Amino acid sequence: MTVPVQRETRVVPAQAPSKRRSMSWMAGYLFILPAIIGFVVFYLYPALRGIQISFTDWNLLSAPEAVGLANYQEAIRDPKFWSALGITLQYVVWNIPLQTLLALVLAVAMDRLVKSMFIKGLLIVPYLLSSVLVAMIFLWMLDPLLGIVNQWLDATPLGKQPFFNSAEQAIPTIALVNVWKHMGFNALLFYAGLQAIPRTVYEAAAIDGSSEVNTFWKITLPLLRPVTVFVLVTSVIGSFQIFDTVAVATQGGPADATKVLVYYIYQNAFGFFRMGYATAMSMILFALLILFTLVQMRLLRANESDLE
Amino acid sequence: MTTVPNTPSQIHRPRKPFPFGRLLAWLGLALILLISVFPIWIVLKTALTGSRSLFTEAASLWPSEPTLVNFQRVLGLLSLEEVQAAGGSGSSVNFLNAMKNSVVFTGLIVVGQTFFSAMAAYAFARLKFPGRDAIFTMFLIAMMIPGIVLFIPNFITIRNLNLLNTIPGMIAPFILMTPFAVFFLRQFFLSLPKETEEAAFLDGAGPFTIFWRITLPMSQGPIATLAILTTIGMWNEFFWPFLIAKDEASFTLPVALQVFKSQTPQGVPDWTGLMAGTFIAAIPVFLLLIVLGRRVVESLAFSGTK
Repeated sequence: MTVPVQRETRVVPAQAPSKRRSMSWMAGYLFILPAIIGFVVFYLYPALRGIQISFTDWNLLSAPEAVGLANYQEAIRDPKFWSALGITLQYVVWNIPLQTLLALVLAVAMDRLVKSMFIKGLLIVPYLLSSVLVAMIFLWMLDPLLGIVNQWLDATPLGKQPFFNSAEQAIPTIALVNVWKHMGFNALLFYAGLQAIPRTVYEAAAIDGSSEVNTFWKITLPLLRPVTVFVLVTSVIGSFQIFDTVAVATQGGPADATKVLVYYIYQNAFGFFRMGYATAMSMILFALLILFTLVQMRLLRANESDLE
Repeated sequence: MTTVPNTPSQIHRPRKPFPFGRLLAWLGLALILLISVFPIWIVLKTALTGSRSLFTEAASLWPSEPTLVNFQRVLGLLSLEEVQAAGGSGSSVNFLNAMKNSVVFTGLIVVGQTFFSAMAAYAFARLKFPGRDAIFTMFLIAMMIPGIVLFIPNFITIRNLNLLNTIPGMIAPFILMTPFAVFFLRQFFLSLPKETEEAAFLDGAGPFTIFWRITLPMSQGPIATLAILTTIGMWNEFFWPFLIAKDEASFTLPVALQVFKSQTPQGVPDWTGLMAGTFIAAIPVFLLLIVLGRRVVESLAFSGTK
């Protein structure tokens, strides 16, 4: 039994080592071929093409006309661009702190009280829904006429609220709706991070007489930092790209109060067919996201771990 | 872990007064759970309410005369006269067809993306070829690019290929790879022991046989995780199908719902129909959670441990 196998292992490398290696080069390229096609056609090419389009004036019908930096200059002078950026920031400021804080509290509560799979399952139900569905659900629940929230509010001193229909409340409403969608999922991420903290650390703290609150600030939060960085960076990147909820719930209104940056870019590209201007603004958004990510990672000292 | 109750900390724990803090935490948790699932109930309740009763029982938590008529009409099981008799607006979107499109869209992408990404991930983890690490680095950088940057040029590509309004146009950017899928599976393949693969290699097995017969069967967990994440993401994807599908025949469910809603810009939207459609669109992810509960939760939790 062992003899033929031994013979074979001796024969194969002796036969043609260079041929074997070139075969495996070929195999490597064959294996990545489908993914490379996808990458080149739908990631690399569009990224480069986007840069190129951003230096042109192009309505999709006539030939693109090179305009140099004009689109970027226009964005800087465009009050609607700045307003869209401001509204986006406003959304991020409403959305991120609340979402992250609630998720953290929920994760600690789950960790200390229950570890039930059922509760985790319930918590991620909103995350499983498409943002279109979520927008639809809250349009209905917050409907000024028949929505259940306003039916209830009507019986309180607050009275009915316009929510999506008021320029002041629309952005906070959209932000809260997305807090609802994402808090359970983020809590799950924090919870997974909490499970990774060795229990002995907590026991040592308990023996030293550290209070629950003190333990949280001095131990849990610092040891959770890698997860916090991940949750914050990904949710800030996601928040800056808010589109679906706006597209379904308000279409940028009322009175442009919810015209966030991606919605304004979308309008320019597919409403006014200003491809050059839209891609230039999307490039600016990309640059901003990179900047924010770097700043955030620096602020949160992402690469240091308190565990080592 | 199992030895924890026997450690000294159990003995040294200070005597407990009435746990007000714990009670408060429990109440808080219960409240948040209620807030998480309550809107789903309102969707179902509204979908079960007849259009006429909608006005009289807007504040109630239970439909007084539950009816399935809304589900029947959004699924196109009733004639126009019957729909209008039931209080429907007469506006209609073919939800059955949209459901079919969503299943095809999601299904093709999940199968294609998982398989082709696994092949690429295997090559990046195990095979040697010139330029391998440089190419992989480009994949990693590509993870950073926001959707809108890619969607505008991709829309132009799909338009130039005459694929607007088609399933191929809708699945094209996703079916061959995503950088995340490749990265995720490569990490896992790197952690697999090499011995079995080397033994198979010495027995004369080629790379594809090794990949298909050894690596894939050993990776069922991570592949299921990736497939679940892709299913959820693609079932819910809105922006891209919204750009590509302009005819009702090619709508996916999120697009169909959006169109159904915007068909009544004036007057009161068809809330009972909308909520029936919303509930139908959510059923597959609910089923996923019910059938694969633990797996889904763990997959989502895992997506955060990159």
